[in-house]
Amino acid sequence: MSDTASATTHHTTSIGTLDIHSHEKLHEARIAIRGLDFYYGKDKALKSISLDLPDRQVTGMIGPSGCGKSTLLRVLNRMYDLYPGQRATGQAMMDGINLIDPKLDLNALRARIGMVFQKPTPFPMTIYDNIAFGVKLHEKLSKSAMDERVEWSLTRAALWTEVKDRLNKSAMGLSGGQQQRLCIARTIAVRPDVILFDEPTSALDPISTLKIEELIDELKKDFTIAMVTHNMQQAARCADQVAFFYLGEMVECAPAEELFTAPKQKRTQEYVTGRFG
Amino acid sequence: MNATVVSALPGPAKNQSVALALGRRRHRLNILVEAACVIATIIGLFLLASILLTLVWRGAHGLALSVFTESTKSPGAGGGLANAIVGTLIQTALGTLIGTPIGLMVGTYLAEYGRHSPLANAVRFVSDILLSAPSILIGMFVYQLAVRPFGGFSAFAGCLALAVLVIPIVVRTTEDMLRLIDPALREAAIGLGAPKWKMIVTICYRAALDGIATGVLLAIARIAGETAPLLFTSLGNLNWSLSMNKPMASLPVTIYQYAGSAFDDWVELAWVGALLITAGVLAINIAARVLLSRRK
Repeated sequence: MSDTASATTHHTTSIGTLDIHSHEKLHEARIAIRGLDFYYGKDKALKSISLDLPDRQVTGMIGPSGCGKSTLLRVLNRMYDLYPGQRATGQAMMDGINLIDPKLDLNALRARIGMVFQKPTPFPMTIYDNIAFGVKLHEKLSKSAMDERVEWSLTRAALWTEVKDRLNKSAMGLSGGQQQRLCIARTIAVRPDVILFDEPTSALDPISTLKIEELIDELKKDFTIAMVTHNMQQAARCADQVAFFYLGEMVECAPAEELFTAPKQKRTQEYVTGRFG
Repeated sequence: MNATVVSALPGPAKNQSVALALGRRRHRLNILVEAACVIATIIGLFLLASILLTLVWRGAHGLALSVFTESTKSPGAGGGLANAIVGTLIQTALGTLIGTPIGLMVGTYLAEYGRHSPLANAVRFVSDILLSAPSILIGMFVYQLAVRPFGGFSAFAGCLALAVLVIPIVVRTTEDMLRLIDPALREAAIGLGAPKWKMIVTICYRAALDGIATGVLLAIARIAGETAPLLFTSLGNLNWSLSMNKPMASLPVTIYQYAGSAFDDWVELAWVGALLITAGVLAINIAARVLLSRRK
């Protein structure tokens, strides 16, 4: 994270020395979540969540397994609609639209709110077609415009130099870290406003993880980012604000620096110091 | 094995002689079971090999160019199996062409849309029954459906009967293969804003292609050797005929008729036919295995 040295400061906290984003003013909300409840059948998985995702900044979401952080991401792009019995109530406003409105055009919504998954999920086709697949769903581009878009998104995902000579080879031949960056490229090729990262590095080696973290830092110049992570160091390194979830509630949300060095809630403090979770 | 090891663990002492006796017993039992397995394998392989060797021996004897160039003739007049070979190719191909799309769509419905709805469960149950139904029943079913109403046996009725056999095989493999696909891959496609049908057609079919193709190949191998469904439908034809609304010859039915006849040259041709079918089915099975291994 050399290029972000200016934006980070070293802190000694109860979990050791952390590189934490220095307190930057949080931007205006791109998505404003208010009183959001979510149910898996009869089980309430999210309890009255209220949270702002600041525009073109990274919101980290931490908490023990099953606390609801991934569920919240899956509400924002309506992935839960795939599964009968799952439903959400409340508000998640973006540009005056409630994202959980049942009448919403989900395909258009998902073009605006992209998602990167825990495991790399390359499609069984060429690298080029992996990128073009999403673009073709929403735009009609000429061959040259599509070539340009593919190069642009692969460059933004820091993958272009590694794959530019084998765009017509199968994406399944890439390494895990490359596959994950391909998935990021595929997501940004659709030009979303928001990107949701669901534990994007938990299946990757440390070097690939570092590359993805650098990438997220770069991408937040243009995209609003929400990132679920199990790794508190990662949340500290990447996020501008961090939200701590526990048992379906959002316990505390604060700028990264504040949440890790001076948490207001006792449960947050216990979690970030490793006393449970 | 070291019998003198004394446990340093606290707690009740172990009786070493009992442990040794149990160990010897296990060892003897192991040899016994292993021997039984080897003997069973040898018996199975011996039977298979003797069938194959007899088939090759008797079949190769009558194998000649005339088998492929001449149609079946009256006893003592020579002749070949050209009409039966072409009849089997046509009926198998057409049966597969009719049955595969239906099976593919039903399998897709079960895996992607119906899942565990009551309708899907019922369809799955019926399809599984159809999978193991005696094929002669299917022949009689198509006889009622496509032979009697049209006043005669026809090649088309034969194709229909074979298609009914293909459907449940393709349904099963399609559903199984689609279910093997990682849900994350589906979510990735949906997450880009793809509608469900597009996700199925462009991502899931592609990911499951080898497996589905294998299922189709196995279905072809199955119907290529079916006799019973054809007896009531395409009947068999001693003459060369490509007409779909007339009876049509096929290898299995010809074998059935010739093998039981009193004429030596007919019996010999039946052996040749059996060899041809076996070789064809073997080739298809090998192709299916190659496809599957490429998948891994």
